[in-house]
Amino acid sequence: MRQQLCDALVSRSVNPDMVFLTGDLGFMALEPLQQGMQARFINAGVAEQNMVSVAAAMAREGLDLWVYSIAPFCYARPFEQIRNDVAFHNLPVKLIGNGGGYGYGVMGPTHHAIEDYGILLTLPNMRVFIPVFDEDVDAVISHAGAAQNPSYLRLGRGEIPLGFEVPKYAPWRQLTAGGGMVVIVAGPVAGTYIDAFQSLPEEIRPNFWIVSELPLEKNPLPLELLKQMSARQDLCVVEEHVRRGGLGSELALLLLEKKIEVGAFHHLYARAHHYATYGSQNFLRAQSGIDVKSVLAVVAQKSLEF
Amino acid sequence: MILTDKTLTAARKRLLQMHFESGVGHIGGNLSCLDAMMLTFHEYVGDEDRFILSKGHAAGALYITLWSLGRLSNDTLKTFHKDNTLLAGHPPASGINDILFATGSLGHGLSLAAGTALALQLKGQSGNVYCLTSDGEWQEGSTWEAMIFAAHRRLSNLTILVDHNNLQGFGSTHDVASMSPLTEKLSGFDLDIQYVDGHDLSAIRTAIDKPSDKCRIIILQTIKGHGVSFMEDRMEWHYLPLKEEQYKLATQEIEAL
Repeated sequence: MRQQLCDALVSRSVNPDMVFLTGDLGFMALEPLQQGMQARFINAGVAEQNMVSVAAAMAREGLDLWVYSIAPFCYARPFEQIRNDVAFHNLPVKLIGNGGGYGYGVMGPTHHAIEDYGILLTLPNMRVFIPVFDEDVDAVISHAGAAQNPSYLRLGRGEIPLGFEVPKYAPWRQLTAGGGMVVIVAGPVAGTYIDAFQSLPEEIRPNFWIVSELPLEKNPLPLELLKQMSARQDLCVVEEHVRRGGLGSELALLLLEKKIEVGAFHHLYARAHHYATYGSQNFLRAQSGIDVKSVLAVVAQKSLEF
Repeated sequence: MILTDKTLTAARKRLLQMHFESGVGHIGGNLSCLDAMMLTFHEYVGDEDRFILSKGHAAGALYITLWSLGRLSNDTLKTFHKDNTLLAGHPPASGINDILFATGSLGHGLSLAAGTALALQLKGQSGNVYCLTSDGEWQEGSTWEAMIFAAHRRLSNLTILVDHNNLQGFGSTHDVASMSPLTEKLSGFDLDIQYVDGHDLSAIRTAIDKPSDKCRIIILQTIKGHGVSFMEDRMEWHYLPLKEEQYKLATQEIEAL
């Protein structure tokens, strides 16, 4: 999504108040932005704590701040700066984390970000945007840019099957419909399920939803989804994020609060920062049981039982 | 507006009164920086300028300074540290226009000041940014990140005041993690570094007035608990509140300064 990110930010940079800070990342991707923004493109060096506080201060002066790094270096290293300097003051700093989830694959667990939005959503005023497809990035930049709150953009690598027409960006989108369980997915891993779900017989094909904005109290569930869940269908939530603090737990709480009874609740999630051996994003998804094969085992089998 | 001895004495006494009435400590580190803070606010910080208190535990000195300028009332000071107050133990995130950031976790203020200074430059505004740090917080890595940034960006509109009172939370800076002399540690940066008596208003004025095209650091040689003999250079006055007898004695000594 880096190319789309660069394009979207270049378009936005006609705003003279926009400032972009990078933690020394963007080689072979952000050069057009650097050339276009000149002094307002700031390589803050390998110093993320300082970068985030600087961003907070510049936002406090009314500038339009975007901060970029590899996802874990964007939120984990400077967490206190995000908490104290950005969130406590409700400053509209946009934190862009590239390679969310297992995006950096074989680079190892220091580069993974599988607890990012759970941690950040504990902070006041924070909004999270998780584009699913490359085509979403432009709209996500617009939505985050329009918000008057701090936000975190979790970027990954969009994956769509050949010939699939990406639906226009919306915080909630339904990708397949059928008589099967309700499946809700966050992040680009959703793209890897499309072919398989579309191929399922109609009676077990899931009502497959993707969600791109959190927290849910700022992004209410669509009526159609509520209707589907209220029919006591099984529900499967999939995310490239640890179990605690993620979409699954937030959704479970919401269902309890709203007294919505679903059938079985399946939560498939990133199970470990690293395993005994290392591998690609797809390898790690399989290890965690969120690859298409593992998800199908839940979605198709449970639906057949039902 | 020139800061007079009379105004400064009144501020010192009001600081003691506020802390005594609220039963609150952190007095030593407030008295060490109050002189420089008062001078900076009274003589240098105009509408176009910014002040950021990095050593948030000197919030008392900041509140008193704002009171001395008529921006906080006596009634407000009476709420210090009480329930439903704006005047928390560290500067609040909102509610007081002169306080830009909720500081208190050390090592944030210098980055915030650097970002503010850069923002003013990018916007073509002429204001200066003043940042007051403690000496102990130079043990924070983020402070050095900020220093690299400020020096590299040649933020000539940024003045950093270091309250170098030599005492930190659980020992002297020399014993805990010595950076003495701090001027030498900083000398590798392309900065304008000055070292002055932090209780000599004239010396501080001269340091701030010195023209420079670089980011400036003024290391203020100060005394924790300055002006109160039984507090001076004693670590416990980082924490202790005043008892009534101590308060009376301290006030007398401040008046006699």
